Amino acid sequence: MEPILAPESIDLIALAPVLVLSIFAMLILVLDLWGGRNKSLLVFTSLVGLLMTAISAFAKYPIPAYSFNDSYVVDHLSLFFICIFTISSALAILLSVEYNEREGIRAGEYYALILFCTVGMILLASSTDMIMIFLGIEIVSICLYVLAGIRRNDHRSNEAALKYFLLGAFATGFLLYGMTLVYGSTGSTNLFKIAEFVKNPSAQSNPLLMMGLVLLVIGFGFKVASVPFHMWAPDVYQGAPTPVTAFMAVGPKAAAFAAFFRVFADTFPEMSSSWEMLLSIIAVLSMFVGNLGAIMQTNIKRMLAFSSISHAGYILMAVIAKNSLGSSSLLFYMLSYAFMTFGVFGIVIILGRKGEENLEIKNYSGLAYKHPVIALSMTIFLLSLGGLPPFAGFVAKFYLFSAAIQEGLLTLVIIAVLNSAISFYYYLKVVVFMYMKEPEAEFKISLTPITLFVVFIGVVGTINLGIFPNSIITLASH
Amino acid sequence: MFLTFITFLPFLGALCLVFMRKENASAIKQTALAFAVADFLLSLLLWTNFDNTTEKMQFGLNVSWIEAWGINYHIGLDGISLLLYVMTTFLTMICVIASWDVKKHIREYMIAMLALSTGMLGVFIALDLFMFYVFWEFQLVPMYIIVGVWGGPRRIYASIKFFLFTAVGSLLMLVAILWIYFHIQQTTGVATADILYITDHLDVSLDASKWLWMAFFLAFAIKVPMFPFHTWLPDAHVEAPTAGSVILAGVLLKMGTYGFLRFNLPFFPQASFEFVPMVAWLSIIGIIYGALVAMVQEDLKKLVAYSSVSHLGFIMLGIFALNPYGIQGALIQNINHGISTSALFLLVGIVYDRRHTRLISEFGGLAKIMPKYTVCFMIVALSSIGLPGMNGFVGEFLVLLGIFQVNGLWAACATSGVILAACYILWMFQRVMFLELKNPKNMDMKDMNTREMITIAPLIILIFWIGLYPNTFMKTFDASVNHLVSKVNPDNFRPHQEKHKDSHGEHAQLITPTEMASLNQKLQMPKKF
Repeated sequence: MEPILAPESIDLIALAPVLVLSIFAMLILVLDLWGGRNKSLLVFTSLVGLLMTAISAFAKYPIPAYSFNDSYVVDHLSLFFICIFTISSALAILLSVEYNEREGIRAGEYYALILFCTVGMILLASSTDMIMIFLGIEIVSICLYVLAGIRRNDHRSNEAALKYFLLGAFATGFLLYGMTLVYGSTGSTNLFKIAEFVKNPSAQSNPLLMMGLVLLVIGFGFKVASVPFHMWAPDVYQGAPTPVTAFMAVGPKAAAFAAFFRVFADTFPEMSSSWEMLLSIIAVLSMFVGNLGAIMQTNIKRMLAFSSISHAGYILMAVIAKNSLGSSSLLFYMLSYAFMTFGVFGIVIILGRKGEENLEIKNYSGLAYKHPVIALSMTIFLLSLGGLPPFAGFVAKFYLFSAAIQEGLLTLVIIAVLNSAISFYYYLKVVVFMYMKEPEAEFKISLTPITLFVVFIGVVGTINLGIFPNSIITLASH
Repeated sequence: MFLTFITFLPFLGALCLVFMRKENASAIKQTALAFAVADFLLSLLLWTNFDNTTEKMQFGLNVSWIEAWGINYHIGLDGISLLLYVMTTFLTMICVIASWDVKKHIREYMIAMLALSTGMLGVFIALDLFMFYVFWEFQLVPMYIIVGVWGGPRRIYASIKFFLFTAVGSLLMLVAILWIYFHIQQTTGVATADILYITDHLDVSLDASKWLWMAFFLAFAIKVPMFPFHTWLPDAHVEAPTAGSVILAGVLLKMGTYGFLRFNLPFFPQASFEFVPMVAWLSIIGIIYGALVAMVQEDLKKLVAYSSVSHLGFIMLGIFALNPYGIQGALIQNINHGISTSALFLLVGIVYDRRHTRLISEFGGLAKIMPKYTVCFMIVALSSIGLPGMNGFVGEFLVLLGIFQVNGLWAACATSGVILAACYILWMFQRVMFLELKNPKNMDMKDMNTREMITIAPLIILIFWIGLYPNTFMKTFDASVNHLVSKVNPDNFRPHQEKHKDSHGEHAQLITPTEMASLNQKLQMPKKF
């Protein structure tokens, strides 16, 4: 029997982003003891930490480089995802600064939690071993349970945290059970070895393996909020503090999709006949339930929650397509989705004030004539989410659909484009309120500089990726 | 580069307006007008530099845009798009003048109008499918805002309906575009979405091309709109502000017919031929149904909107005659409809501004108090009917000539549309202008003022110009039409008639200069009496 840990396979340089970020997260916990009520030092430190993480991600060259007995990999997918994670975590932290002050969230560990969560996301996106995937998912989830409930005095926040925790723990159970079954039937937790093993046709028909795959789908399906495992999303999105909602909608979801892609598209492509149909059904259901559900909503955060469910449906197409276009379109989609989502939630935060968050869509009535720039930005984000050119959302969808068409998934793409048409209805509903209705009451919005800066970054990202996507596409498609 | 500049000049104007102060309404209007006029004049310069003798793309520019996908910023104008392009800048200018009295949010209004102009111009110059789609979708937003913010009481319903109808159609077209993109990549090894390249190299089985044809057809048929997909049009027209209706009828609908000429016909000639009966019957139903429904409308604008459905049926019929007469007729009718219907909408807008109603029953006897208005209205109404000597006649005559060569029954059915047009237009004219001046509210209505005359006068000049000397316009697209017809000629797909091809087909295809001249003579005859 070969030694389990061969010394040369521990490559700390490859692990640099995880280490750097962990150190900074712990540093924040310590610094919090001295900072008192002023959190700006913590914010600054965490931003520096994220920057260092992004830089250290490129320390390992040439890629792909494997470490820890092939259970951790630095490759193109993980590098790009680390960039997405650091950008989205930085934007989430920037969004939180003024929001936390306004809503009286004074916990210094807030920033540490976001960083720890990002550590989990990096692990999740870089792991090629199911144990590592499980570790990543757990780190991410536990941080999110706490973050969702960080407003301890707020009923909704508590409800969100508890709901997320109970359902999340349950889903993790499924995931772990699925991993066990896959391990039992293939004899390894390492994705490469499993991929090698299932190339053998006789191994593919093993019912235990099938069962394991189904359970894995359930586990991942919960993490990316796809139907029918989406029940938690609207309540949690609504109850969690808005920056946390934005954070949850982007980073952890992207990380879960990265793992999803690695496990299904990279490891089990030979068995695609057995999971393709299942995932297709989940994707189609997510699109329909997400889009039709969003039409009914009057609360903007709930509406965005349903919209994110439908986006999970679209993104699943990249996993189903399982080709190289699939992985690069997944990267591009998540990056543009990050800009759009943080922009939208930034505006949701701007619209609120202490004590009244103004989360109803009708609160947006007539916004265009009081604050035209804010309304225009919101319109850009919403239309981009719907997939209208010339914004990032369109290029992302074009990319995603082309990956699916290349695999011949014509029916799926037609369903997806029809769903895009449905989605315009509710995105436009907000535009209708902003542009075509008279204001109901005077706007008392909080135009705070850092939040505005995040919105500005969102606008620049959304338009830039929409009109000049070439460089990012080139990066994503290697 | 010049073409790019003209296309984006209105957008530049919109950006300038963003930085102007909201309170300074007159400066905003003047700036918008300056940009619109400059754009129109520059586009006229394109026309004078246009080479009529070739079907090749002119003023072209081809630079890489998304290199990773082989998508280029490829633009150019040919005979099919030139006139539509100039008409777009022209109508934008007219619309800016016509919107002078808009009170509500004038800055945002002009921004939307100018941005819309760039979107529409982009559609006509795009020679890359990806780019075409970007502009095609982009122009939806300003139009949606124009209808939704400055429209009538049911504006929100109408604007969302407009947006969703178009979006559904164009999204299916997107799937077809993607399919073609990968198909071209597989068959020729070149990753490109270039329209010219695809036109030359697309090689798909008939079955597949029928599906693709349907996807494109749906997008364009909704836009045109053809008979079963037309329901968004009356709503959008009725609720839109006057200038919105003008742009909608004048340019947006033409994007549909343009799409047929640029994509369906050259990409899928054989599928187009196979679908001719379906399109023809849908067009005929549209012509007659639109006319009949227009006849019973109580609202002036709705009447004009349904007359659009009827007129666009003629254009579709002309395109799918697949011969030079038909397509030339369709192209000139594109322009005619843009002029006549826009003028009708402007005229309806004039009484609406004064009375805030468009119900025919509210009016009557306007000829006595608004003589100038009545004369203008009469000219425009007669041109819409297709009276010889005016523009409508040239187009409808050519279309009927074209379709008659294909099928006499279709021509006969379509001709009934001309008669019905006379019925609904003249009847409406009689009820609004003649009869007794009974309604006391109408007593002190003012006649057209100078600004309104300025908006209508150029249109009336064009009505007579095209009616009397269409050659100025027709000669721009001769070469392009002949090239297109040589590709889509039905004789290419009729194996059993191959023997007669040389003796008969050649003659029927090409329109000779002498024939054209004699035709023009015929058209001018009536006015020379």
